Amino acid sequence: MPPSAIAAESLSRHFGDIKAVDELSLEVEEGEIYGFLGPNGAGKTTAVRMLCTLLTPTSGRAVVAGFDVVKAPHQVRKRVGTALQSTALDEKMTGRELLRIQGRYYGLSSTEIANRCEELAPILEMDAIDRRVATYSGGMKRRLDVAIALIHSPSVLFLDEPTTGLDPTSRAKVWEEIRRLNKQMGVTIFLTTQYLEEADELADRVAIFNSGHLVAEDDPEELKRQVGKDMIVVHLGCDATDSEAEALLTGVSGVEHVEVSGSELAVSSSQGAATISPVALALSSANVPVVEISLRTPTLDDVFFNLTGERIEEDVRREVESEEAV
Amino acid sequence: MNAENPVKDRGFWGDLSAVANRSLLQLPRDLASIVPALFVPVFFYVVTIGALSGIANFSALEIDYKAFQLPVAIITTVTGLSRAAALVTDIKDGYFDRLLLTPVNRVSLLLGLMVADLTVFLALCIPVVGMGLIVGVAFPTGILGVLLFIVMGTLWGLMYTGFPYGIALRTGNPTAVNNSFLLFFPFVFLTTAWLPQENLSGWLSAVATWNPVSYILEGMRSLFVDWDGVAIGKGLAAILGVGLVAQIFAFMSLRRRVSNP
Repeated sequence: MPPSAIAAESLSRHFGDIKAVDELSLEVEEGEIYGFLGPNGAGKTTAVRMLCTLLTPTSGRAVVAGFDVVKAPHQVRKRVGTALQSTALDEKMTGRELLRIQGRYYGLSSTEIANRCEELAPILEMDAIDRRVATYSGGMKRRLDVAIALIHSPSVLFLDEPTTGLDPTSRAKVWEEIRRLNKQMGVTIFLTTQYLEEADELADRVAIFNSGHLVAEDDPEELKRQVGKDMIVVHLGCDATDSEAEALLTGVSGVEHVEVSGSELAVSSSQGAATISPVALALSSANVPVVEISLRTPTLDDVFFNLTGERIEEDVRREVESEEAV
Repeated sequence: MNAENPVKDRGFWGDLSAVANRSLLQLPRDLASIVPALFVPVFFYVVTIGALSGIANFSALEIDYKAFQLPVAIITTVTGLSRAAALVTDIKDGYFDRLLLTPVNRVSLLLGLMVADLTVFLALCIPVVGMGLIVGVAFPTGILGVLLFIVMGTLWGLMYTGFPYGIALRTGNPTAVNNSFLLFFPFVFLTTAWLPQENLSGWLSAVATWNPVSYILEGMRSLFVDWDGVAIGKGLAAILGVGLVAQIFAFMSLRRRVSNP
């Protein structure tokens, strides 16, 4: 079995009475992409800050790249790269200057830095590398941020919500690079995200993290299999309440649970294909306008709901709406 | 782990040079915060010597008022000037966290900024002294006197940076850093800035006696007369005394910020 790149044992961080991370234990193997999935405020960033030596744990222990984060933080820093949630770039500098400066912090020679910049060229927009960062788009800044975190060839890379705020094209480029780093360079990647699709697409294993606790950890497909149920998703022509939906669909053959979110009903059933027609009939006979009805297999959001009774997607949607409002 | 991990320990001086390198690179892109620091003292110097030169006729001045005011121009130029605002920006933008994620020696994070400050102070003190020479200020102590004059001004500026850096590291707040400029007024003006000690009266005389900047001004002014070891010694002691307090404040604030409580 390959050695662990990251191992945490009952790692906790409390801020007064608030337990931001409580008794977190996990193990990430070398060369793995480990998705750390949870809604906003779950404690993901606090966990990352402890693992990359920015924050001292209240209790517990963590070993990253073979060194204890509290006893040997200097050794951990030499072996770890981190791109935190906000891109930490000096906008008055050019991309190349920032890469050079970062390389010097790690004791790299000018030749080593130049060679490394060549290796990292696929991540960087080489045409823009000599332009000031202030002129970069959000996606370019994020990719430069990741390249800077990689300048010293770390064995472990922490990416804290690397695609938050990016448009779909930039997000796809970042995903592509994460895969390439992992496959071609063998970098172990600890990826925190609130995007289910991102965890599903990239991670070899996913940890579901909520309110400071690790609630589940497995291969994404295995996690979804554990939910076991199909989902019938109904888009109504009007809003509904939990009680109305429950009253309508209780007793319909095959329906196990109904959940309402605005004008969307999510009906879980062990036999989705057989249940979809009775559901449609029940809604039709009650004169409820149906815009669309579809059947899908469980997603990581369903896994999260199954484990916590909450949905991450709603949290992300609210965040996007509030950003748009601003 | 990647087999080719090239990270090397560069030692303290290597780390200091890496951090200073970035601060020095930032300087030409941040002229808006440096140029006014030269303009304001030069303006005050010209106005003051123009308006108050006659004061030399009835005061206990040993030297020409142009020379008397030159140390004030230097002290006004360098006091409170630092890269503290840039440090606050780094803290707020997360760049300071990026630095903390590197193996760079923590002390060099502050000293590197001070290397840039030193460069700025020298770049500002030299033209101010040049202006003094142009208007006729003479240094009987010769070139060594000129050099010591610049060193004292620069050293004072450098020592004083501890206050804005300390505030920047403790608060991470740009307004608080800007407000630290308020310290500048009592330090610089409740002194023998305008008149010699003998001509001051009442509370101002008492405050000026206790204000270390009075001794720095007197030490610098002594260079316009002759080598006076006592005056220079008192001036240097005042610089180091205030500097010790300011720098302890700054480095304790740094320790607090990096100790991730």
